[in-house]
Amino acid sequence: MKSSTEPIKASTLRSGSAGPAKWLGQFFLYGLFALFIAVFAHWPPYHPIGEGEALIKVSVARLGQPVGECRRLTEEELAELPPNMRDPVRCPRERSPLSMEVHVNDARMLERVAQPGGLSKDGAAAIYERLVVPAGEHRISVRFNDDVRPGAKVYEHESSVALVPGQVLVIDFDADNDGIVLQ
Amino acid sequence: MSSHSTCGFRQRGLKGWETVERYFDSTFGAAQNPLRHLGAIGFLALWLLVASGVVLYALFDTSVNGAWQSVNDLASLPLGVGRLLRGMHRYAADLLALVVILHVLREWLHGHAYGARRFHWLTGVPALVLCFVGAIGGFWLAWDQLSQYSALSTAEWLDALPLLASPLARNFLSSATFNDRMFSLFIFVHVGVPLLLLFSLWFHIQRLAHVAMLPPRRLLLGVILTLSLLALARPVISHEPAVLGQVPAELRLDWLLLWLHPLTDATSRGFTLALAAGAVLILLALPFLSRAPRAPAAVVDTENCSGCTWCFVDCPYAAVIMVPHPDRRPGRLLAQVDTDLCTSCGICAGACPSSTPFRAASQLVTGIDMPHLRIDTLRRNLRAQLATSPVERPIVVFSCQHGASPANLPGHDPSVHVLLCAGQLPPSFVDYALTNGAAGVLVAACCDGGCEFRLGERWMAQRLTRQREPGLRARVPLERLQLVFAAPGDDDLLGKALHELRERLRAMSSSVSMNTDEIVH
Repeated sequence: MKSSTEPIKASTLRSGSAGPAKWLGQFFLYGLFALFIAVFAHWPPYHPIGEGEALIKVSVARLGQPVGECRRLTEEELAELPPNMRDPVRCPRERSPLSMEVHVNDARMLERVAQPGGLSKDGAAAIYERLVVPAGEHRISVRFNDDVRPGAKVYEHESSVALVPGQVLVIDFDADNDGIVLQ
Repeated sequence: MSSHSTCGFRQRGLKGWETVERYFDSTFGAAQNPLRHLGAIGFLALWLLVASGVVLYALFDTSVNGAWQSVNDLASLPLGVGRLLRGMHRYAADLLALVVILHVLREWLHGHAYGARRFHWLTGVPALVLCFVGAIGGFWLAWDQLSQYSALSTAEWLDALPLLASPLARNFLSSATFNDRMFSLFIFVHVGVPLLLLFSLWFHIQRLAHVAMLPPRRLLLGVILTLSLLALARPVISHEPAVLGQVPAELRLDWLLLWLHPLTDATSRGFTLALAAGAVLILLALPFLSRAPRAPAAVVDTENCSGCTWCFVDCPYAAVIMVPHPDRRPGRLLAQVDTDLCTSCGICAGACPSSTPFRAASQLVTGIDMPHLRIDTLRRNLRAQLATSPVERPIVVFSCQHGASPANLPGHDPSVHVLLCAGQLPPSFVDYALTNGAAGVLVAACCDGGCEFRLGERWMAQRLTRQREPGLRARVPLERLQLVFAAPGDDDLLGKALHELRERLRAMSSSVSMNTDEIVH
């Protein structure tokens, strides 16, 4: 506190000038702060995945097939509609859920059904899962379906892969490339 | 947990905090104590982040393929400038996270989440969230293995919320799916979110007056020097470039900023989402959980307010505004109190020139006053104690109720008057006490920078040293006045200050008794 009127005595516990002990104390506390930041900004090292492990990512996002067949409206049904809405073909709006199964070395690692998004269930569905497996040779079989209609195709894929430690194997679905893709 | 047990827990925590604060006081000095300038240090960290960030951005290649190289090349800039800039940027972010958490803890321990300060608490919560979001986003720009891990972890974490039709994490499946468009999003997060943070901080300090945007100079230099040395001694170095087909084997994680990722790995996305949302909700709900009655706000008396604006200038919470006086005389103003903002400190009553006890009116009505401790009550108590004191000339002690306790002051001569804040004391009360028989006056405030109401101890000292209106009258014999800045728990210091004043008064008078229990003439 600056004082323009010296006779007023201001007492504070720490109003004296900074002596060596205080400088040392400050040096110590600044050092402690720096040490804290220096240590925890880099240490301890973190291992996102165990040594000798690899990762399988199952990731599919797509619009499922309609839940039913389209049908042609009868003349009577069309006549009941306003003239501007007389579309002769009516298709169900709701989409099929996506269902996926992944087996690794004959052990089921994933079984998932993803519902379509949206209030009317007319949006895309998505599956995203991480499967940690030991590195090495694996036999992987995948079954995928995006159509609940009777007789719809079930996509299947089976192959052997050799995974090195830390490798990421992605299981995706690409309708333009024969369905299930391992990359 | 009941509000009673919460309060007990808070009080115990506050005692612990004050113990640490006292240790820091003894090392840094009260005025330079970093624990009393956490908000200002937070602003300093933000300014350092902005300054270093602007330069780093100028050197940064904002493409997926060029980002890693451009950040890595910083290490080869001459004179260690690149290392200094990058280290300063990272460590300032660590500092910001640290001081923001300590700031929240300190304010809660002091009970500042409630009442008029609820606004500052509520506007601080989004700022806390934005601090971490902006900081985490910064790690993604280097596009090394740590960036890959943090960005992917964040994407997977957000995918647990039903927000997007397609998972964000699908953008990180392979190099083919990751493109510059995603990198633009990273840049938006790291530049846009800090801008939002600045905006939210503007709200945070909106209802405060005389805000310190930087800590005191010595502390400022100490922090900058420490961060600079740290940046050079422990440079921030990139990991290997990101490879989306590979999980990084080992990461030098910044645990102060990225702790959420490993915690999610160790638990689940749902758990950490619930934890984060729960923490934010609890912080937002805290101000509404207190059942303590709110202290009454200052009241203005239209007849006695001269419109001088001194209360308006001194109010630390901008609760006083000046409006045209209802008597409609041109240019005449009237103080008006916003009761939502008033913290009931009484600093305005101490600033009011009509708060002088020398006025002849039997009931002293001031321009602005506190309903629960009126200036008139102070005068009545002072008169009564001077008249009934067991010693002929007592020492009048005006003590802040938030500072050191005057309850155990030694001797029979102290006549103690407890104030809402030292800033509530009109300087004319010192004159009045001395004129009406007091041998001396001891004014006890919280320690420098430690005022419960931010500025009370500063304004009081400036008024008594005639650097601020209303100043102490020139006729007051200053050698009979003693100021003491004593934090809660510094009761010994209060006793020491009283002893010093006694000794001085004794030396001034040859007829003085040497026994402190007797009269000081």
